[in-house]
Amino acid sequence: MGHLDEQFRQVEDLQDEASPNFVEEVVVVFFKDSGRLISNLEQALEKYPRDFNRWDAYMQQLKGSCSSIGASRMKNECMSFRDNCGQRSVEGCMGSLQKLKREHAILRQKLESYFQLLRQVGPAGAATRPAM
Amino acid sequence: MSSTNPPSATSHVALTRHPLEHGCGLSEWRSRCRGTDSTSLKNGLLQASAPSIPLCCLCPMSTTVQEPPHVLAVDDSLVDRVVISRLLRSSKYRVTTVDSGKKALEVLSLGHESVQLIITDYCMPEMTGYDLLKRVKESAELRGIPVVIMSSENSPARIRRCLDEGAEEFLIKPVRPSDVSRLCNRAIAAMPMR
Repeated sequence: MGHLDEQFRQVEDLQDEASPNFVEEVVVVFFKDSGRLISNLEQALEKYPRDFNRWDAYMQQLKGSCSSIGASRMKNECMSFRDNCGQRSVEGCMGSLQKLKREHAILRQKLESYFQLLRQVGPAGAATRPAM
Repeated sequence: MSSTNPPSATSHVALTRHPLEHGCGLSEWRSRCRGTDSTSLKNGLLQASAPSIPLCCLCPMSTTVQEPPHVLAVDDSLVDRVVISRLLRSSKYRVTTVDSGKKALEVLSLGHESVQLIITDYCMPEMTGYDLLKRVKESAELRGIPVVIMSSENSPARIRRCLDEGAEEFLIKPVRPSDVSRLCNRAIAAMPMR
């Protein structure tokens, strides 16, 4: 499965001359927001042991954000965490969270490279401008 | 004006109401001009090019520019607020975003006449989108504002509840730009004139 699904393309389609950096802006917001949610969840795991309802509520928020930008692998780990909450498995939840954090880091790295590459390539058409 | 005679473009200009602040009065046109083909009506009016008719951005019949519709978007998710606000702006709406039902009601109490549509997430802490919908529909001042609900849960019971309570539409998240702009256009066009 790819890291990003069709929803990411929908977000890309919203970028235009009026909002030329929209995708990168959304991605920055996403990583800040998801970082915060993961950190809140980790605190809740310690402070509220076996409080599966609370843990699930945090994860529902995170899943929503992942879904909105098309982060499909992260979304899958969110769903797996929620399944583990449903099964009341602390070990399962911890395992899913680790995988989620890994996918989070991988996606951040890949998107950073992607935006860097876009900047190097420059605006569309620049590469084809003949040298004078 | 008789409904059997094809009206002249000028007489249609005189009859048309396009208050500056609203969406499209197309249904008003058709009910007044029964028996006339609406396409030739449109053409007739465009030819008349009356500068006095304000432009409704949803209606092809008017000629001057007016204020785009104002949408109030309610969502506790920051990512979703960013996406939805861009999406609505790219469809030429004016957007105000808030992160809670409580703030939405505050905005509405300050200036409900300016809000043409409310689009709200269902799952929010403290006041859900459903609670907000109820408050809007129970209020004499607010109940004319169409409300669209968004939710990541595809629950028929939830959808039914919202539609029964008066929601115009129910969108499943993640919302797609095409869905939102299509539904907003429809909800605003269907609104009674205010």
